Amino acid sequence: MNSISPRRVLLWLAPLTFLGVFFFYPFFRILAFSFSLETLTSSNLQLALHVLLFTFYQAILSTLLTLLIGLPSAYLFAHFDFHGKSLLRALTAVPFMLPTVVVAAGFNALLGPRGWINLGLTNLLTWSGISPLPSPLIPFVGTLTAILLAHVFYNTTIVVRIAGNALSRLDPKLEQAARSLGADSPRVWWNVILPLLRPSLFAASLLVFLFDFTSFGVILLLGGTRFATLEVAIYIQALQLLNLPLAALLSLIQLLCTLAFSILYTRTLTRSTVQTAPRSQVTHKAGTIREKTFVAFFCLLLSAFFVLPMLALPLRSVSRLDADRGDRAQLQTGFTTDYYTELFINRNNSIFYVPPFQAALNSLGYASATVLLSLLLGLPAASALAKPGRIEKILDPILILPLGASAVTLGLGFIVAFGRLLTQPWLVPLAHTLVALPFVIRTLQPALASIPDRLRQAAASLGASPFRAWQTVDWPILRRATLSAATFAFTISLGEFGATALLARPEYPTIPIAIYRFLSQPGGLNYGQAMAMATLLMALTTAGILLIEKLRLPGAGEF
Amino acid sequence: MLELRDIYKMYEGQPLLRGISFRVDVGETVCLLGASGSGKSTLLRMIAGLELPDAGQIFWDGINLASTPPHRRDFGLVFQDYALFPHLNVFDNTAFGLKMKNWTRSQITSRVHEVLELVNLRGFETRQVTDLSGGEQQRVAFARALAPRPRLLMFDEPLGALDRALREDLLNELRGILHQTRIPAIYVTHDQEEAFAIADRVLLLHDGQIVRAGNPKEVWADPKSAWAAEFLGLGNVIGGKVVNSEWKVKTGFGVFDVNCGHKHRAGEEVHLLARPFPAPNEANIVRGRAADVIFQSDRFKVTLDNGLYFYLDGEPKVGEKIEVKVKIECLG
Repeated sequence: MNSISPRRVLLWLAPLTFLGVFFFYPFFRILAFSFSLETLTSSNLQLALHVLLFTFYQAILSTLLTLLIGLPSAYLFAHFDFHGKSLLRALTAVPFMLPTVVVAAGFNALLGPRGWINLGLTNLLTWSGISPLPSPLIPFVGTLTAILLAHVFYNTTIVVRIAGNALSRLDPKLEQAARSLGADSPRVWWNVILPLLRPSLFAASLLVFLFDFTSFGVILLLGGTRFATLEVAIYIQALQLLNLPLAALLSLIQLLCTLAFSILYTRTLTRSTVQTAPRSQVTHKAGTIREKTFVAFFCLLLSAFFVLPMLALPLRSVSRLDADRGDRAQLQTGFTTDYYTELFINRNNSIFYVPPFQAALNSLGYASATVLLSLLLGLPAASALAKPGRIEKILDPILILPLGASAVTLGLGFIVAFGRLLTQPWLVPLAHTLVALPFVIRTLQPALASIPDRLRQAAASLGASPFRAWQTVDWPILRRATLSAATFAFTISLGEFGATALLARPEYPTIPIAIYRFLSQPGGLNYGQAMAMATLLMALTTAGILLIEKLRLPGAGEF
Repeated sequence: MLELRDIYKMYEGQPLLRGISFRVDVGETVCLLGASGSGKSTLLRMIAGLELPDAGQIFWDGINLASTPPHRRDFGLVFQDYALFPHLNVFDNTAFGLKMKNWTRSQITSRVHEVLELVNLRGFETRQVTDLSGGEQQRVAFARALAPRPRLLMFDEPLGALDRALREDLLNELRGILHQTRIPAIYVTHDQEEAFAIADRVLLLHDGQIVRAGNPKEVWADPKSAWAAEFLGLGNVIGGKVVNSEWKVKTGFGVFDVNCGHKHRAGEEVHLLARPFPAPNEANIVRGRAADVIFQSDRFKVTLDNGLYFYLDGEPKVGEKIEVKVKIECLG
């Protein structure tokens, strides 16, 4: 039995103080704001309702589309063997970890007004004599399609993993029994497979829905401000219209919704573990023509969908296309490093007070501070959680709470609570730490829990001081986990967009903020620089993801 | 009526089935008997249409089934681990095939009741299949396969997961049901007692081929190969060499007189079967000392120091000298 020892109090002191000051205090300020009489006017409520409905609409649509792509993909990976299977599966998982600005820039490079497809098609048609042409030829940025596509791009991996796991645990004999009883493929799916998958499908859909519901960067960058979801509306009200009370009200609605969905999700998870056979599905090579067509079609679709945007981005960042220099008809493609060298120059008409390269330095500074801070707070919390007592059972969900609040809400909380300090650049790493802390704790805790007490006792009985024991027993095991957690914090901070968009000072932009500003400016040079910065960010984040994958403890959970 | 012609199948680069041909006639229960991994389940799955043969054809009433998908074959399949649908209750599991055939609700209800009656599960309709015992689950699996009146029933080691007493009960019931419905059936097992108990005809599968076919009595009386005699546990299989005289075989246990009915050349290696039951009228005698004596309710299983075993009525002492007159058969 664990009682509340002074050591535990000491472990919890820093993390809880931090959460109290930077999460709960701002949260209560938001509450206070939203319940004032001047906030709860009918026009405000009407706007909130409108925004809420649209948020639901786009999230439901995105979730359905994600299922449409994700389910067949899950089936593909669960049933068939083919060349490059693990590579393709890894490819579908990469976007989930990428910053929203990178994904938005990738889709922009492919389908945007200055993207490969639009410029290529325009050039082709002009060359064959068809003009005048609308510009852009295929409208993408600023449409609902763009938002939906990016959401599917992000979340397909969730369906592939959750539904795919359930599918591969399904006893293949159930399908065979149904077939021998006269069920054709559609009826096997409808009467046997789907009912058995229902809990997992529900869990996957909820999780996808949750991400789509709280999505911010994708909607702002690909849809624009006219697609006012809760997140975007909070941003607009707080930053552009300076209507903090309404922003607070929207934040509250957002928090309540996420909380409800999260509770539903955890409940589904506990239910979805039953009803699966222990025998695992055997994968096989596609045999019949129908199977071969299915495998070929989906391999092609998935590789195109997951590779092209991420390929278009770096290529576009080193390619000069004619639209950069006015409207000459001939498409002049050529290699260029201009977009990268421009990053170091502070032009007179620059949208920044500093050269864009400074944004990268800021980002690195913020990320380092975030790593330091989240490790300092995460290590004691994780070591307390590794041997949970009564208080830990209560404190565990509290630590994860910031994860449920959207980044924009966190940013708004800071504005509401620390308005006077907003000129201070160090608020940004504090917000980043709030976002990163749950991940850091979740990474450290299993490693810490895996160290048996007997090892420390053995070390002590052999004459090691507590510090020596920690150094020789705990540290070697912890080192991997710490590095992994640090990388997590670093990449999260590098790519963080929601909170930063609300908090960053114009003179201290981060990489994602710089990309956002470049993308919202006219001109080929600005566009090119956005591509260049997004490519850099993508490279850094991918390196981070690869490092985390390498350090991952075997058997660690997925979501 | 089902006919298989020259079925070949490779498995992981090795030949699994090498030219299997047989027929199942109306009202007949054919038992495929073979060791695990001999390809008998694969054969069933190919008949069901769940797998395709590399070569050879499967016919029903003279019609090639190659292009008939499993759900159009009308063959019932019962698995060892039942493969009941965990999300459906007993009634809905049993009704599954009927729903697939688009029967009306009242037709389904009366047929399900009828079949559940047949397998002694009346009153179980609303029970969850996950709450049933192994034996009850297997009855539901029978009922489910039986309900749509398939033109052929296939059983893939259906009693393998059950304990002995339950197995005997279920086997008797199943034999009764098959007899009553006259549905032709293929029964796959590795247990020869089960096979002999239920089969009209037994097919012994070994090394990808059918090495012996016949009714249980014929197969028991004349296994025709050392492997079959050993697999069926018919007695002591002894290797030996034919000596000058065509009827004498020299073995490690003595020289035996063997009347095979066919001729052997002198010096040829042959296998003999010494049944474990003493035959007082035979001339061949096996001698040895009792090394192990096991009481088996109505007899004693006595293993001699030379490794041969016999069933004796009296109880010898361990170490006692024993002479047994035995019938020696030639296994070719």
